[in-house]
Amino acid sequence: MKMLATTDLSPDITAQARRVGPPILKVEHLSREFGGVLAIGDLSFAIAAGDIHSIIGPNGAGKTTLFNLVTGVYKPSGGRVLFDGADVSGMAPYRLAARGMSRTFQNLQIFFNMTALENVMVGRHLHLNTRLLPALFRVPSLVRKDREAKDRAAQLMADVGLGKYVDADAASMPYGALKRLEIARALASEPKLLLLDEPAAGLNATESREIDEVIKTVAASGVTIVLVEHDMKMVMGISHRITALNQGRMLAEGTPQEVAANPDVIAAYLGAAP
Amino acid sequence: MNALLHGRLTGLLALGAVIAVLPAFLPNNFYLDIAILAGFNAVVCVGLNLLIGYAGQISLGHAGFFGIGAYASGVLVGTYGWPPIVALLAGAVFVGLLAFLVAKPILRLKGHYLAMATLGIGIIVSIVLRTESGLTGGPDGMMVEPFKIFGVELYGEKVWYWVVGVLLVGVVWLSLNLIDSPMGRALRAVHGSEVAAEVVGVDTARFKVMVFVLSAVFASVAGSLFAHYAGLITPAKADFFKSIELVTMVVFGGMASTFGAVVGAVVLTLLPQALTIFQDYQQIVLGGILMATMVFMPKGLLPTLAALLPARRRA
Repeated sequence: MKMLATTDLSPDITAQARRVGPPILKVEHLSREFGGVLAIGDLSFAIAAGDIHSIIGPNGAGKTTLFNLVTGVYKPSGGRVLFDGADVSGMAPYRLAARGMSRTFQNLQIFFNMTALENVMVGRHLHLNTRLLPALFRVPSLVRKDREAKDRAAQLMADVGLGKYVDADAASMPYGALKRLEIARALASEPKLLLLDEPAAGLNATESREIDEVIKTVAASGVTIVLVEHDMKMVMGISHRITALNQGRMLAEGTPQEVAANPDVIAAYLGAAP
Repeated sequence: MNALLHGRLTGLLALGAVIAVLPAFLPNNFYLDIAILAGFNAVVCVGLNLLIGYAGQISLGHAGFFGIGAYASGVLVGTYGWPPIVALLAGAVFVGLLAFLVAKPILRLKGHYLAMATLGIGIIVSIVLRTESGLTGGPDGMMVEPFKIFGVELYGEKVWYWVVGVLLVGVVWLSLNLIDSPMGRALRAVHGSEVAAEVVGVDTARFKVMVFVLSAVFASVAGSLFAHYAGLITPAKADFFKSIELVTMVVFGGMASTFGAVVGAVVLTLLPQALTIFQDYQQIVLGGILMATMVFMPKGLLPTLAALLPARRRA
């Protein structure tokens, strides 16, 4: 159990030791049950601003539930979520987005009734005039800002490697491109914290490496990233810190090396030694 | 961007041109009357399409809003002597408030609750219109005064044709503007994926309420003007089957296509005139059209045809 030493430290102390920013996201005694089944139980951890922080765990560990709790899609049964120091437990996703939190989805959530560019432009929602009357009468200031949003969306698409799909209908794009389209859409909202739910799932090795680069670039621009991912090569390669979950509870936390060497983590993934 | 702007203006100009030259081909007032009815239906359908086609919500009570507008004008002008334009605006404000009060609690929920609630409203409106005979004239309906504004009385098919034509072009213009705006994209995003819209900051409930209110107000304005044009209104104009007819027009013409809604309204207004069987079996024929559309061209007439055209050109 010596290996667990780092997790015995409170996340705050860990963060201080690494001289990184204050926690942008803190989860305190968070729990959520579905009809008596505990999906997340008494989970506490913190994510330091500027980090790429991965959440790993076997299937059913509660990773996506955790994402849904943090982003307001589900309401917690207990505990709280602090974003930028404020209690945001159970706050509606659109309010969290206004505070600077966005995410992508494990199962694609694309607006298939729109073009790829329009998908990303929806991401600019918070930065545009979304009132009814100016829209109905197409006031010049709205049109001008909309044109800027369009240019910006096109630039974001190019940034994530989707330059050739700018004029495409979302419904006509391949799976790997749609994964990146979700990232571009989330980035368009200019989040401080971006949660990526299995961005590499279903991608081939080349595409995974490209996503890798995209995530690193985004992180380098100052966006804190929370990553749920099964691709361990990716997780180990790009994460600053990793939190391992099992059956809704904290299993281990630390640097990639620490977590990879943790016997509990190994046991959870490969089955416990008899 | 240019192509988009171009496309929008082209469509609007084409619609204006059709409206402008159509009277030359209509031999008498009977045909003008049908064109006017098609125009009124088209105005309602363009608004309904914003709700159904773009935002993905269903209303089974839009004839109720049309009816409230119509009776607001009939009663306020005829019984209370209000100026018609004021009565029209009052009806629109009332319908807007009613739609807001209904939608506000309902649209926080996901799923088809709005369809249920609007179904209820439509039926209630229709019952009230039938039974409050002191005010509404009951099942026989009521006479409505002509529309007067600035001392000018709008009278006759020739005048009303242009009134409705201008109204339709205006409503289509507003609709096209809205769809190609941040709010319009938010509406379409609600249809595409509510959760994805939320996580980039779209208050989905708010936008659903707004588009519902807007489409109800369009219906009310159309209803008010229709009442003045027709001179006689009956509760049948507000009943459930009329609501279904409106939904069928939108679905048949093409969901998420403003011009599709216009085409759907025009075709399904003409059909009963062309086919007498329609008169006797209206509900069955409408149901059949609705089902056939869903099965054979789920995108609706205009988008399906539009998808065929470039393919032919390439071939």
